Amino acid sequence: MTLEVMRYCPAAPNGAQKISYELEDAHQTLLEALITIKTSLDATLSFCSDCRSGVCGSCAMRVNGVEVLACTYQVCDGDTIEPLRHMEVIRDLIVDSESALTFNKKAHAYGSVSIKTPKVTPEEEKKNEFQSACILCASCYSACPVYDVNSNFLGPFALTRNWRYVSDVRETEVEDKIATVQRNGIWDCTLCNECVPVCPVGIAPKQDIVMLRSKSGVMGYMDPSFSTNIGGNFGNDGTPDFGGPAF
Amino acid sequence: MVDVLIIGAGGAALSAALKAKESGARVQVLSKSYPTRAQTCMAQGGINAALAHSDADTVALHVQDTLKSAQGLASPEAVEFMCHEAPNALAWLDSIGVPFSRNANAQIAQRRLGGASNVRACYAQDYTGLKILHTLYDQCNRHNIEFLNERFLLNILTQKVTDEPCCVSGVTALNLRTGDVEAYEARSVIIATGGYSRIYHNHATNATGSTGDGIAAALRAGARLSDMEFIQFHPTALHRSSVLISESARGAGGYLLNADHERFTDELAPRDVVSREILKELERSGAVYLDIRHLGEAFIDEQLPQERKLAQQYENVDPVYELIPIKPAAHYCMGGIEVDAMSQTAVSGLYACGECANHNVHGANRLGGNSLLELIVFGQSAGEQAAQHAQKHQNTCNYEAQLQQDRRFIEGIKYFTNQIDFYEKYRFMGNIFYNNAAIIRDDMGLKAVLAAVRQLQKELPFMGPKDKSATYNTNLVEFIEFGNMVELAEVVLVSAISRKESRGAHFRSDAPQRDDTRFGAHTIAWKEDGVLCLDFIKGVRE
Repeated sequence: MTLEVMRYCPAAPNGAQKISYELEDAHQTLLEALITIKTSLDATLSFCSDCRSGVCGSCAMRVNGVEVLACTYQVCDGDTIEPLRHMEVIRDLIVDSESALTFNKKAHAYGSVSIKTPKVTPEEEKKNEFQSACILCASCYSACPVYDVNSNFLGPFALTRNWRYVSDVRETEVEDKIATVQRNGIWDCTLCNECVPVCPVGIAPKQDIVMLRSKSGVMGYMDPSFSTNIGGNFGNDGTPDFGGPAF
Repeated sequence: MVDVLIIGAGGAALSAALKAKESGARVQVLSKSYPTRAQTCMAQGGINAALAHSDADTVALHVQDTLKSAQGLASPEAVEFMCHEAPNALAWLDSIGVPFSRNANAQIAQRRLGGASNVRACYAQDYTGLKILHTLYDQCNRHNIEFLNERFLLNILTQKVTDEPCCVSGVTALNLRTGDVEAYEARSVIIATGGYSRIYHNHATNATGSTGDGIAAALRAGARLSDMEFIQFHPTALHRSSVLISESARGAGGYLLNADHERFTDELAPRDVVSREILKELERSGAVYLDIRHLGEAFIDEQLPQERKLAQQYENVDPVYELIPIKPAAHYCMGGIEVDAMSQTAVSGLYACGECANHNVHGANRLGGNSLLELIVFGQSAGEQAAQHAQKHQNTCNYEAQLQQDRRFIEGIKYFTNQIDFYEKYRFMGNIFYNNAAIIRDDMGLKAVLAAVRQLQKELPFMGPKDKSATYNTNLVEFIEFGNMVELAEVVLVSAISRKESRGAHFRSDAPQRDDTRFGAHTIAWKEDGVLCLDFIKGVRE
């Protein structure tokens, strides 16, 4: 099988280049294929990986334009491999995740509990079961088109993480967390759904953003663009804004 | 200069960072990747604690089970401390928002793991380690912990003041993004870099980063290592990829079958016993399978969805209809950097916690659910101790010589001749380790592997990275990791050869009995002028 890998090295004069590699056909993950290339064909091919079983979030990249984890994706003949978007490419398939990760702190995505041994029912615990399984692979961040226009957007994983704590019955600083996501946050999302299918653990960040909008509405916040557009008090209940005509 | 510099960014490292910060220290966390991309996230089973709401369980029973599993090599005081602190550790994790699974009374739910006399392991579905690690990371963000990501530890900086023991003063590290060798000064350093199971290459369930870098650096800096020959093997890893199939598959009623599709052992015996039976059967009949077909698709999808997915992804079989080919694989290192009850190594100001350290709580065999517990309890105490040490020791140091030496090393390594492919040698080392220094060992086999490893040490200058680039050179990093593993491989082998008895995970076919008179002691290894020394020492260093 043939794999096309988009390669980039800052020292190389020609910028990013697509390089082809020939591999034997086999039932293998993309990560296994990349390791074969690195250890037997071309030692300079650069990528990150660690757990090789889909839980550490190191090896997210794009195959034919779609975000995947290299360690869980079954590689196919003719696949084109590229690095994630919206982050600076350091080399080949390695991106600088530092800037993306800062949004966790900006979104106040952390627990603030004051009770010593809180009671949580199984139903309450289930509320954020999926959200708390996020592996920070940044696939959703790469897929999100809002970053094409607003690099300060808090983004899908940080907002999901914010909701993970807002929806936690133990949380005592919900007001602060909701206030934090009003600017460059929940209202900047276009609800385009691009983040949902690429999540390797089945989280739907868009849904969490809708929940945060709803919660914000209850707490008296409103969609800033909606209120300026029509000057009224509509739309603050989290109703999706499809950019269509307002009634 | 910071007060406390922590190397690694898994569960132990982040627990230590939070505690050190709480104690008033200036803290930095330096790691070769990013926080949360650590071995901790792969822990599924649970974290042990005898909680107040458990009717039958007590701290005393937890202590008893742990000591039984440790087979005489654990320190009763250390085990007592860990088990006693367990409920506090759980209360703390609960208070920072770890989303534990809950029981009908709205309390933390618990389940029974192998070797436990009671229902004791607290869990968060099948993602216990992942959810603990990520919650700790979120707390680090809340408390503004400074992260130095993508820096690879090279050496620990030490200084010798007259009449005083060797004292730590920071580390040198390779900045992966720039290729520069940098020095990071600190009054205390905590090593929390995980185990060394990857000396078995692909015959390990661990992440590829578990290469023992921190342990090797500590050894070079004058710290002592202990019980390095004790490595736990998990009975059911997928045959091709070594990806772990959880014990829950056997707990739920799965069978182990040989090539003739016959059962051959008690599936629920301790891990070391089952691993040995599987190995014998692999040698005899050529294949061993895990069979869960009789449990039915509905049950599998409800109770074992992860296992079905992993078997399909990595072994290309669907366990609802097919047998899963398995083998035992290296899973956890009981041995590590020797520390006292305060997590202090033989080097003043150098601390260690997590899998890379040996707090003498696992002994010859670790109990399931105790490793996550160890990360939290000893991570916190190491953080506190390191912060206190930093307050008392304000001296600065001249590290220029070591920094220059490490710069020359990184520069010079690119001129290694490359006549020998180190990736090939790494695979070779993993294979001979798996065949001769793993589940069943004997003197002849171990000595043959030792000879091969000493040959590898001599050949290192004829290997080297093919990639000469400064920017994010993963080829170079993997070569240095290989060098660290070759260094530790010698320690594992010399320890295993010297321990002429069988105990827990260390099974010698030529000495199948436990021998407390001669070997009821810790295997202590250290280096003097670059030469490996070894002794058996009873008890814990004062």
